Amino acid sequence: MSLFVIIVSGILINNYVLSRILGICPFLGVSKQVETAAGMSMAVTFVMTLAGTITWLAQRFVLDRLGLEYMQTVTFILIIAALVQFVEMVIQKTSPTLYQSLGIYLPLITTNCAVLGVSILNIKEKFGLIETIVNSAASAIGFSLAIILFAGIRERLELSNIPEAFKGFPIALFTASLMSLAFLGFAGLV
Amino acid sequence: MNVRKVFADGLIFNNPILVQMVGMCPTLAVSNTAMNGFGMGLAATAVLIGSNIVISMLRKVTPDEIRIPIFIVVIATFVTMIEMVVHAYFTALYDALGIFLPLIVVNCIILARAEAFAFKNSVFKSAVDGLGNGLGFTLALTILAAIRELFGSGSIFGKTVMWGSYEPMSIIVQPSGGFLVLGLLLAIFATFTAKKASV
Repeated sequence: MSLFVIIVSGILINNYVLSRILGICPFLGVSKQVETAAGMSMAVTFVMTLAGTITWLAQRFVLDRLGLEYMQTVTFILIIAALVQFVEMVIQKTSPTLYQSLGIYLPLITTNCAVLGVSILNIKEKFGLIETIVNSAASAIGFSLAIILFAGIRERLELSNIPEAFKGFPIALFTASLMSLAFLGFAGLV
Repeated sequence: MNVRKVFADGLIFNNPILVQMVGMCPTLAVSNTAMNGFGMGLAATAVLIGSNIVISMLRKVTPDEIRIPIFIVVIATFVTMIEMVVHAYFTALYDALGIFLPLIVVNCIILARAEAFAFKNSVFKSAVDGLGNGLGFTLALTILAAIRELFGSGSIFGKTVMWGSYEPMSIIVQPSGGFLVLGLLLAIFATFTAKKASV
């Protein structure tokens, strides 16, 4: 598969949120304002690319070598949790301004299923190292695109007159449904 | 808090999907057929009961600072076990759930119950809490999946129930339809509970 196909597919066709339905918790939880959504997506992009790469290395050079493939889930989630903690500490030490904007989102990323999802899918698709890095980054950008667009719509929704029963989550889900429908249009792109 | 209330809370009054609104990824992703929803619910229930029991047993020796990594390791171990069992005995379900089976490990319901309940309560109560929440998750997931399968494929649990000339709305079984049906369900549930509260 060419890298271009991987990029287009990761961002648009197989959009992590709207087509694969991964990472819904932050998508619904941290999307009330464009600003917070942008902060979250920056943190996710950073961690997802790093996590995808490191888990691939771990799978290739440790688990496969030792015949421990069944330990994949345990290993990957531990790597991701440790990585998130590590990134948090590094950012706190090196760049307090960045920490202020990203800090609160970082702990949430451990349980973002898109991160573990991309790590597992990289292995399932039998990607090489370069493909893994590109795919992880593209998937993260796809996630960012979806959550920022969604936050933009939700900001408008706050000001609209909505029936009582639909306030909050239901109307947000309808919005997501329409966005997912729109993203279906990309299906024939490649 | 007695055991009965713990169970009922998880099943209905504090239902993971309809009230707590956690665990949305598997909820939306595998609810395209009733069988998938049901299977996913039971797999998550098994993990939830196991992890709740072990975490409750370990609660006195677990240091506060590193409890989250410990929870995650316990949960991941149970998920791996369930994954192997499903792979060995329910191959069709294993293929249908795909990546979402290992992803039970990041299902917020399980970590939330560990943190909010199992870490503070006795082993027996934690097991009941796991069972209640797990079945509540299964119940809501199966209802959602059955509705989607009914309108999207014209069947329930694989059995055709709609009349012959019924044209399935295939959009309902796609991701877009998942968001739509769950939104409607939440709106109906909210109306129902709001009325009850005002009376």
